[in-house]
Amino acid sequence: MTDPFTVNVWIILFGALATYATRFGGHVVLSRFEKIHPRVEAALNAVPAAVLTTLVAPAAVFNGPAEAITMALALIVGWRAPMLVVVFLGAATVALLRSLIG
Amino acid sequence: MILPIGFFMASSSRSDFLSGIRDSVPVIVAAAPFGVLFGALAVDNGLSLFETVLMSASIYAGASQMVGIELFGGTVAPWLVVLSIFAVNFRHVLYSAAVGRRITHFTPLQKACAFFFLIDPQYAETERRAEQEKPITVAWYFGMGVPVYLFWVLEGFLGGVFGGLISEPETYGIDFLLPLYFLGLVLGFRTRRNWTPVVIASAIGSIIAFHFIGSPWHVSVGALTGIALAAVIAPPVRPGRERASQ
Repeated sequence: MTDPFTVNVWIILFGALATYATRFGGHVVLSRFEKIHPRVEAALNAVPAAVLTTLVAPAAVFNGPAEAITMALALIVGWRAPMLVVVFLGAATVALLRSLIG
Repeated sequence: MILPIGFFMASSSRSDFLSGIRDSVPVIVAAAPFGVLFGALAVDNGLSLFETVLMSASIYAGASQMVGIELFGGTVAPWLVVLSIFAVNFRHVLYSAAVGRRITHFTPLQKACAFFFLIDPQYAETERRAEQEKPITVAWYFGMGVPVYLFWVLEGFLGGVFGGLISEPETYGIDFLLPLYFLGLVLGFRTRRNWTPVVIASAIGSIIAFHFIGSPWHVSVGALTGIALAAVIAPPVRPGRERASQ
């Protein structure tokens, strides 16, 4: 049997360790403080929208007109419609626009 | 990972576990194309089926897995691949700090497992549930987290096996599902204080960082821009708490 511990496997295992460290580390560091400062609390409350926005904005801007238009429409639709509608309507829109305007 | 049912049931009820499973369904549906796509792309990039499944099962973070497989293949130094995975996942530090406040009643072992399952949707759903003033019980947390995990690993496997079937994901807009899904999550937080300035600041920060520094740093830079703004414009004392603290 060949050695299962290839370079790729080591990269994956250390990548997993690094990922777990980020998921555990924030709590370990922050739980040392008994009282959370209001600014820290405000910062923590802003985390999800702030992080997730960074996964959206460049995708809207740097891909092309089809993606930019789709994202603008999805933003409007998403104000009212549930997420699954946004996701699948958006995918259909981007596929259609790509075939029309490339 | 095999955990006895009692582990989930010890401190809470069966209905919480079931409500967790219910909350996991939309996440499983939305993540499925990416789990399969990851498996397909990983095998396409020269990973074995074992390495592909190991990656989904151990790293368990979609975006960083995608970044990781792009860098495999010998031209990029191994430590740099690990560092890139770390950079993409650095946002979890902030999730961990936030969710840690919600699960102080978990035992150390439950916490250790809970943090392993702390992916973006798990974080978002935990905050959403806490915002609705429902308790974050052990049963709910793992009822939500375990099904998403099991499906993710299974999808990586299926993608690896049937990788060739999705030959042109762009034709169906499948490659754009992920940003759309993240947009939906962002909109879900829009009732939060200072949501609009935070989102605008993060968008501008990430676009500038993406252009001048490049991926994956736009995530950390853009997020820190929005978070810093939130800290700066926050009132120094939380409204309604002044009297209580005196």
